[in-house]
Amino acid sequence: MGDAALPADLLRADLAIEYPFNRTTGPVIGAFFTGLRERVLVGIRGADGRVICPPVEYDPVTSAPLTELVKVGDEGTITSWSWVPSPRASQALAEPHALAMIRLDGADTALLHVVAADGPEAVATGARVRAHWADEREGGVTDIAYFELTGEHEGTEA
Amino acid sequence: MTDTDIYGVLPEALWSQPEIDLSGIAEFDGVEAIQRVRLPASITYDYIPGLAQTRFLRGLAQKKILGERSAQSGDVYVPPRGMSPAEGLPTSEQVELPHKGSVASFCVVHIGFGTNAPPTPFCSALVLLDGASVSVYGPIQEIPYDQVRIGMRVEPVWVDDDQLAPSFESIKWWRPIDEPDVPAESLKGHM
Repeated sequence: MGDAALPADLLRADLAIEYPFNRTTGPVIGAFFTGLRERVLVGIRGADGRVICPPVEYDPVTSAPLTELVKVGDEGTITSWSWVPSPRASQALAEPHALAMIRLDGADTALLHVVAADGPEAVATGARVRAHWADEREGGVTDIAYFELTGEHEGTEA
Repeated sequence: MTDTDIYGVLPEALWSQPEIDLSGIAEFDGVEAIQRVRLPASITYDYIPGLAQTRFLRGLAQKKILGERSAQSGDVYVPPRGMSPAEGLPTSEQVELPHKGSVASFCVVHIGFGTNAPPTPFCSALVLLDGASVSVYGPIQEIPYDQVRIGMRVEPVWVDDDQLAPSFESIKWWRPIDEPDVPAESLKGHM
């Protein structure tokens, strides 16, 4: 039955259902979030010496527990990306933007985050980006409001 | 209210992972480590309560509690869904229920959430209104939570008249009335 068949005086309301999950982070993810609040990005050194960012608790190859957190840069290189033409309400930016895998300087793996850009033609694999920190940070991935393009490209000098 | 008030302090040695080494990162000196994060999951939706519940909700705005009776079984459903779930047939007879009922079941809530949750601990109950076949939900106030009992007689406490709305929140809570408890057996099958 379509809306046209409903009586005009029928009640109607916007409702929300919300589950207020409060999750413990564990020491490794907790350190990553703590770092974000303090405006420093950290990865973790894997068994083979590679730096994994965001950090993981166990080595992806050997499964050995990992403990050595290392600082990585707040600039990096886009390794893959996708354009979001019509963001939904819960997405980080209201304007169209890119979602990108970003290999931060000093890291060997990529982090998924938002890249602000005027349009998809401005984004490219290999493009250099820099974290734009949120003014109010509370320890979460949204402490980086977005990454912005520096205008440089990997392998070229500015 | 802070998360610590609600959930308490995390116990030591909660996590099985080994100690992490942050010695190489000066920015971590003296800062409080994050141990948990709030990750609410939510969906918003457009709710249309239907004809029967629209009547019920509009009744609440006039301090009326409206139910509907099944012509076959005589059961009175409140809030009404427009049909009897037992028979699958429409409930066409409107019934205005009295503002008196009995606690059919209850629990003590220690972790409260929601916009209008009373301070914890509080007692949350199912109230069987006189003449109804099913119970309605509501918090019990104006009595210590550990003195609430099954069979206790209660009445609704309404919001101020200028706050009345087509919403179940027009009833703030339920409170005891000075009548003898009803036998628990009389409430069986009416939760």
